Amino acid sequence: MLAARVMQDQGLHVEGLNFFTGFCVEGHTHAIRSNPNRKPRRNNALWVAEQLGIPLHIVDVIEEYKSVLLRPHHGYGANLNPCLDCKTFMVGKALEWMQAHDFDFIITGEVLGQRPMSQRRDTFPVVARESGANDRLLRPLCAQLQPPTLPEREGWVDREQLYGFSGRTRKPQIALARQLGIEDYAQPAGGCCFLTDAAYSRKLRDLWQSRAERDYELDDIMLLKVGRHLRPKPHLKVIVARDAGETRYLRGYRKRFTYLDMTSHNGPLTLVEGERGDADVELAARIAARFGQGREAKSVSFQFVSRGGIERELQVAPFTVDEVLGDWYL
Amino acid sequence: MSTHQLDATGLLCPLPVIRTQDRVATLRQGDVLSVHCTDPGALLDIPAWCRIHGHELLSTQESEEEVLICIRVRK
Repeated sequence: MLAARVMQDQGLHVEGLNFFTGFCVEGHTHAIRSNPNRKPRRNNALWVAEQLGIPLHIVDVIEEYKSVLLRPHHGYGANLNPCLDCKTFMVGKALEWMQAHDFDFIITGEVLGQRPMSQRRDTFPVVARESGANDRLLRPLCAQLQPPTLPEREGWVDREQLYGFSGRTRKPQIALARQLGIEDYAQPAGGCCFLTDAAYSRKLRDLWQSRAERDYELDDIMLLKVGRHLRPKPHLKVIVARDAGETRYLRGYRKRFTYLDMTSHNGPLTLVEGERGDADVELAARIAARFGQGREAKSVSFQFVSRGGIERELQVAPFTVDEVLGDWYL
Repeated sequence: MSTHQLDATGLLCPLPVIRTQDRVATLRQGDVLSVHCTDPGALLDIPAWCRIHGHELLSTQESEEEVLICIRVRK
């Protein structure tokens, strides 16, 4: 937002690009869970564009992003975050868009030293070079700490009116926002990708391990964001919704999964994957019963529907809290 | 001028916006697009996208099962 505004204040025409990889914390994840106390849902990219008065183009890169995540040239960060490859990929996509729409250069809101992998003095040039953007990539918030880029050398942009921010502190950005009259802004950079999240990365690794294949579809990675995921046996996975919003969302997956719908008490919908017989179904049901209002009852009833559409009633005794083993949780 | 339907049910934000954006790119000035969604977030996001790009929001309707957003394309 700041970088775009700084360019606008120099009289340049700016348009926004927002790439949707499927791993974005924004938007859809806010839409799933029930929470009456949360601030109104908004897509921050759209909101920022509206505040700035610029067009925003949201680009679906779900399929193309697979090669970035599955085969990162520069490896992963602390979790499954391929930040350097990701940044290179996105700047490369921005370059494609720039060329297709007759723009002159690309800006990002990056700050030197802000992030440990993709925003370092030694990795900034890697992104510029490997994306193909080279010196048409300008980072207005830290440009004064970098060699002049083409827009600066050509005088399209006044370098003196750019900034030299560095480090992990957000204080200079917050001060600049205040100076520009920007009082409300989206969350600071970082923390907007599930791949930086340890728990999510663990679930994604489990998905690959259980399938003996490093691949995914959009539905797979969306499901990893929803519900409690438990693996009580190597071949058996149980996904239990955490609230009514997640139950509603998981209902959309009923045709793809065996599922358990609690009928005797209020309780979450549960998806079951990999069950090999009645013992596995009963195990899944006893887990599911633990998370409904009948957790203290002697018996909880479910409508069980197999992936093939076969329905039957099922009664089980809920597990006690100690019987749901900690290492079942993914 | 013609009326078109877009099924964005089962998709979560921002996919309904992306599908709307891509569909509108194929339409002509004055065409009407009815977008069917199940993500209530679309009630905020698609109108915001319309405001940014200058398209006219004709109506929004929300029922238990579905959100319906009608827009007129302005180019």
